[in-house]
Amino acid sequence: MIDIAGVSRSFGGRRVLDDVGFRVASGRMTGFVGANGAGKTTTMRIILGVLSADTGTVTLDGHPLTAADRARFGYMPEERGLYPKMKVLEQLVYLARLHGLSADAAKASATGLIERLGLGERANDPLESLSLGNQQRAQIAAALVHQPVALVLDEPFSGLDPMAVEVVLGVLRDYAAQGAPVLFSSHQLDIVERLCDDVVVIGGGRILASGSREGLRAEHAGNTYEIELTGPSADAGWVREQPGVQVTQLDGGFARFDADSEAAAQAVLAQAVGHGVGSLGTGADGAGSLAAGSLVRRFAPVTPSLSQIFKEVMQ
Amino acid sequence: MSTTNPTAAPSASPAGARDGARPLSAPQAAWVIAEREITTKLRSKAFLISTGIVLLFVLGGVLFSGFAAQSGGFGSPTQVAVVGDAGEQLEAAGFEVTDASDRAAAEELVLDGTVEAAVVPGGDTPIGLTILALDSAPTDVMQALSASPTVEFLAAGDANPFLAYIVAIAFGLVFMMSAITFGTTIAQSVVEEKQTRIVEILLATISARTLLAGKILGNSILALGQVVAIAALASIGMLATGQDLLLGELGTALIWFGILFAFAFVLLAGLYSALAALVSRQEDIGSVTSPVMMLVMLPYFAVILFYDNPVVLTVMSYVPFSAPVGMPMRLYLGEAQWWEPFASLGILLVTIAIVLWVGARIYSNSILRIGSRVKLAEALRG
Repeated sequence: MIDIAGVSRSFGGRRVLDDVGFRVASGRMTGFVGANGAGKTTTMRIILGVLSADTGTVTLDGHPLTAADRARFGYMPEERGLYPKMKVLEQLVYLARLHGLSADAAKASATGLIERLGLGERANDPLESLSLGNQQRAQIAAALVHQPVALVLDEPFSGLDPMAVEVVLGVLRDYAAQGAPVLFSSHQLDIVERLCDDVVVIGGGRILASGSREGLRAEHAGNTYEIELTGPSADAGWVREQPGVQVTQLDGGFARFDADSEAAAQAVLAQAVGHGVGSLGTGADGAGSLAAGSLVRRFAPVTPSLSQIFKEVMQ
Repeated sequence: MSTTNPTAAPSASPAGARDGARPLSAPQAAWVIAEREITTKLRSKAFLISTGIVLLFVLGGVLFSGFAAQSGGFGSPTQVAVVGDAGEQLEAAGFEVTDASDRAAAEELVLDGTVEAAVVPGGDTPIGLTILALDSAPTDVMQALSASPTVEFLAAGDANPFLAYIVAIAFGLVFMMSAITFGTTIAQSVVEEKQTRIVEILLATISARTLLAGKILGNSILALGQVVAIAALASIGMLATGQDLLLGELGTALIWFGILFAFAFVLLAGLYSALAALVSRQEDIGSVTSPVMMLVMLPYFAVILFYDNPVVLTVMSYVPFSAPVGMPMRLYLGEAQWWEPFASLGILLVTIAIVLWVGARIYSNSILRIGSRVKLAEALRG
C-alpha cells in the first residue's frame, strides 16, 4: 500500500499541493481524477521522487519510500517520451536494465511485453517510425518492462484507440489482481468509473474526495430514490400521496422521488411492501390477489455517476 | 501483500524474470547509461564516416611528412656533379657527389636529371666556381659553397622550429576537434532526453547525478578512444615511414597529451552538459554552449600563435582547459621539468571536482524544467 500523507508543495510561492493525503491500496486500481492543473501530475512526481515535497511523507507498506523502492515502481509520466531513434526492443531492454534487471531477464521481459501489447512486428523499428498509438503502447511497455511492484500512471489511456485501451486495461488488471497497488490519473471519467476500485478526486491542490467507488457513490447519493413495482397492474401512483415525498418521475410501476428524510423513504418502502402483502392477504384466491397487487422489484437510493460526483465536489 | 515480498511480486509479463530485478548501485547504473551513450554513437553512420575521414587525414599527414623528409630537406642527400676539387667540401656538407670529367659532361648530367646541380670551375666570384642548374637556383648547394659567418646558438632547443609548429598545430587541432565533437554529442544527448521527456522516466529510477555521471563517462571514453586512435595511427605512420626519431621525441608528449586530454574532456563534458540542461530544444544548444566553445577554441589559436613563446606556453600548460595542448608542447620542446605535467594534472583534477559539483547542481535543478531557457542563477540556486 502506498500512503501519501500531508504532502504540500509550492512553486515560487504558489501552493500547488496543500496537505494532500490518500492511499493506494494493494491489489486495487485507484483512479486519480481532477481538472487540469489540479495537482495530479505534481502528486505523481512526488510519489516517484522526481520532485520533492516541501512537507509530508510518502510511505510504502509503512516505511518511507527509498530510491531502491522507487526503482521497482512502474511510472508513466504525463509528458510522453522515449528515445526517438532507438529501436523499440532495445530501448525497453535498456530501461529494464536501468531498473535492475539482468541483461537476459530484461530481454525476456521486453520481448514478452512487446508481444502482449501487439508490437511484435515493430520490435526492431526505431520508435519514431511507429504510429502515435503504437508509440503510446511502447510507452506503456516502458512503464511495465521491469515488472514493477507498484504502478503510477499519468493518463495512461489518452491517445489510445479502443482496442489498445482494452489491451492495456487487461495488463493493468493483471497487475492489480496480483497484488500491486495501481494508481492512474485520467480525464476520462467513464473509464475510471468502469475499472477503478477506488477513486481520489483532487481540485486546487486539495483532496476533495477519496474512497472506494461504491462508498463515494453512496456518500453522494443524496435523497433521491427509485422504486419499481412489478405485477400485472403495478401502479406507483400512490407514492404521490405519501407524506414528505415529492415524486419527480412516474411511469407505471416506476417512480423516482425525493424524500425529505430517510424515514419518509422507508415509509414508501413499507407501504409498497404492504400493498403487495395486503393484496395477497385479502384476495379470495391467490391468482386474483396477485393480479390486483404488486410486488417490489427494486428500491434503491439513486447513486450518482462519477462525473456527477466530480461536478459536485468541484463546486 | 506483494510489495513486502519482492519474490512473490506480480508478473504481468509472460516472461517473468522478476527475481532478477534488484536496484542498481549508482556506479552500475552510470555504466549502463555510459554503455548506451557509446553504442548509440558507434552506430551513427555520420560519426563513423567523420571519424574515418579524420583518421585518413592524420595518416595522410604523417605519410606526407615522411615522404617529404626522405626526398629532401632533412632526408636523403642532394645529388651534385662536380668538376674539379670542390667535391670534398660538398661531401662534408652532406651532398652526394658524382665526379664529372668536364663541364660538358656535367651539363649532360644536369640536363638528364641524374643530378640536381653541377659545380664547375670558373665564374666571376672570388670562390671561382659556377653552379649549373636546370631552371632554379639550388640554394642548399649555394649555401654550402658560400662563405658565411659561423652561428652559435647559446640556448639551443632540440626541436626543429618548423616541426615544432606542425606539432603545435597537431596537438591544438586534435584537442579542439575531439572536444567539440564529443562536447556537442553530450550536449545533444542531454537536450534529447529533456526534449523527449524521457528524462522523467530516467529520474524516477536513478538520480540526476548518476545520469550525468553516466553521460560524462560514456562520452569521455569515446573522446579518449578517438584521441588514442589518432595518436596510435600517427605513431604507426611515423614508424612505417622511418620517422622513428620524431616519434622518440614525441613519445612522452603524446602520452601526456592523452592523459591530460582525458581529464580535460571530463571537465568540458561537465560544462557542456550543465549548460545544455538549461535549454529544451536542440536549436538552442549552440547559443547556450558558446562560452564553452570559446574555451575549447582558445587553446588552439593560442598554441598556433605562441608555439615559440615559452611564457605563454607555460601559462597554457597550467590552465586546466589548455593544459592538454600546452603541457605536451613544452614536453616536446624539452622545456618542462618531469614533475610539471603531474602538477598540471593536479590542478586539473581540483578544477574537475569543483566544476562537476557546480555542474551537477545546475543539471539537477534544470533538467526537469521543460520550456523556456532556465536562467543560470536560478539553476544554481535550485
